[in-house]
Amino acid sequence: MAKLELRKVGKFYGGFEAVKSVDLTVEDREFVVFVGPSGCGKTTLLRMIAGLEDISSGELFIDGARANAVPPDKRGLAMVFQSYALYPHMTVAGNMGFALKMAGAPKAEIAEKVQEAARVLQLEPLLNRRPRMLSGGQRQRVAIGRAIVRSPKGFLFDEPLSNLDAALRVQMRTELVKLHQALAATMIYVTHDQVEAMTMADRIVVLEGGRVAQVGTPLELYHRPANLFVAGFIGSPKMNFLSARAVAIGPRETTLELAPDRVLAFPSPAPALAIAPGAAVTLGVRPEHLRFVESGPLRGVVDVVEHLGVETLVYVKESSGGTVIVRTDDLSRVRQGETVSLALHPDRGSLFDTAGDALFHLSPT
Amino acid sequence: MNEQRASLPGTIAAWVVAFLMVFPILWMAITAFKTESEAIAIPPLLLFRPVLSSFAAALAQSGYLHFALNSIIVSLGSTVLAILIAFPAAYAMAFQPGRHTQDLLVWMLSTKMLPPVGVLVPIYLIFRDTGLLDTVEGLVIVDTLMNLPIVVWMLFSFFRDIPRDILEAAHMDGVGPRKQMMHLLLPLASPGIASAALLAIILSWNEAFWSINLTAAHAGTLAAYIARYSAPEGLFWAKLSAASVLAVAPILLFGCLAQRRLVRGLTVGAVK
Repeated sequence: MAKLELRKVGKFYGGFEAVKSVDLTVEDREFVVFVGPSGCGKTTLLRMIAGLEDISSGELFIDGARANAVPPDKRGLAMVFQSYALYPHMTVAGNMGFALKMAGAPKAEIAEKVQEAARVLQLEPLLNRRPRMLSGGQRQRVAIGRAIVRSPKGFLFDEPLSNLDAALRVQMRTELVKLHQALAATMIYVTHDQVEAMTMADRIVVLEGGRVAQVGTPLELYHRPANLFVAGFIGSPKMNFLSARAVAIGPRETTLELAPDRVLAFPSPAPALAIAPGAAVTLGVRPEHLRFVESGPLRGVVDVVEHLGVETLVYVKESSGGTVIVRTDDLSRVRQGETVSLALHPDRGSLFDTAGDALFHLSPT
Repeated sequence: MNEQRASLPGTIAAWVVAFLMVFPILWMAITAFKTESEAIAIPPLLLFRPVLSSFAAALAQSGYLHFALNSIIVSLGSTVLAILIAFPAAYAMAFQPGRHTQDLLVWMLSTKMLPPVGVLVPIYLIFRDTGLLDTVEGLVIVDTLMNLPIVVWMLFSFFRDIPRDILEAAHMDGVGPRKQMMHLLLPLASPGIASAALLAIILSWNEAFWSINLTAAHAGTLAAYIARYSAPEGLFWAKLSAASVLAVAPILLFGCLAQRRLVRGLTVGAVK
């Protein structure tokens, strides 16, 4: 199968650097998701791997062989496009068998491979239809089928679910994960949706401004974000960021001051934090790691209450000015306008320095 | 509320203008069915017994069929040639544009702004020296060159409407440019190709300047055929009209049949 290695891969458009020196190894049979806001370079990076864009600097290795100059069809990778890019004048079977037909494969072999892919994707009854007669989800399946038929070493997905409605997206997400297990192929998947990334990936690559912000498993990224960008991007609702000052950094205990009379103490990490006492820091706390208490280090007035059924999101206007989101249970009785006090989960949270890089995480994982 | 409905004076004015514009053609068609003496009668006759003698004379005297055949060969030949050249050119411009593609397109169109008479002498001399004067081949070449910019532009516009992803998907599938053109662009852009071809046929059929100047009895088209009627021995209005009707009728009929496709082709990309 396929192992991909990117060494200092970069992309320039004129003077603009869209992808900046990306180092990454995608292991064989791994499901890797590139995620990031629009314009972060994730699609460009994918297209460079596909061979649809030239690599401006750095090297790409596929199974150990340098692939910078290898044409797209010789890389053994298949791509599924955001727009599906089906051939509108061909039937589903025609679409799926087109690559093999052009390569001069015997008709019987084409028919067999198309049948097999159609079976896997439950497209058998649709084989003689044209793309315009299919629903969005079916078209998406045909696009995937077209990739499968070529028996590629790896699959590249460019935001394949973004044109589908929410319910179908969830369903296709599961189907893609199952497909990955069934095919045991390397997959690289680009999305701007962090939920897709979290639910599908073996490993997630978070990109920001053409640079890799962090690479890790979904839970690593969630509990141990390397910087404020990843912390804010992964997770919904967003992680709360609280400005604080490190007042005491002892061997046993570290104390943060959130506001003049409100301090927060937690066991010091080892090795001790590399910051001077009095330094400004940012404390990152997930909404579910805050709870309502009689008297806690955070205080504020409830601004908005969102009952989502399974849980309740409470937006608290904190006394220092910022808004803190609290995720609480479905039976929460908190009302808008109420004055509340909040406590932090004793062993969850992350601390970031002024540059936005993580200093340490309280997470057990 | 009534904005959609035209006012009565407006409607009348529109009909008057339309009538004035179509009158010469209408008068030509009427004259074609008169005798020569009726044709020059003053005041002009509106009521007369229609006869076909002028058509018979025009057909018998001047080898209409020969000229008509030349018109068909030249318009079809130049159109096929223009499409064959324009197709890969438009493909390259639409899907692999370089830094100067836009300039090139504008330059190609700008050649259409040059009056043909400006290049008459050089082209005439080239044709004389290469033995292309009064040959069907020569006229095919000139008409091809004349229509090429328009055909390239039309195909380019049609190709631009084809999602790039489709060709990239084909590229990933190992389908090279030639096969992409054959198996994807040709079927996908067939309405556009048909529109471009129809326009090229009409333009080429109606082309008179080069036909009159570069051909004589052998390779003349219907345009040259009509021009021959203004001969030194005088004007025969009825016969000239009949000949003109014979020259215009085929392409008029063709245009009517192709009208819907043509309008669609010419307005492509205008509205999304």
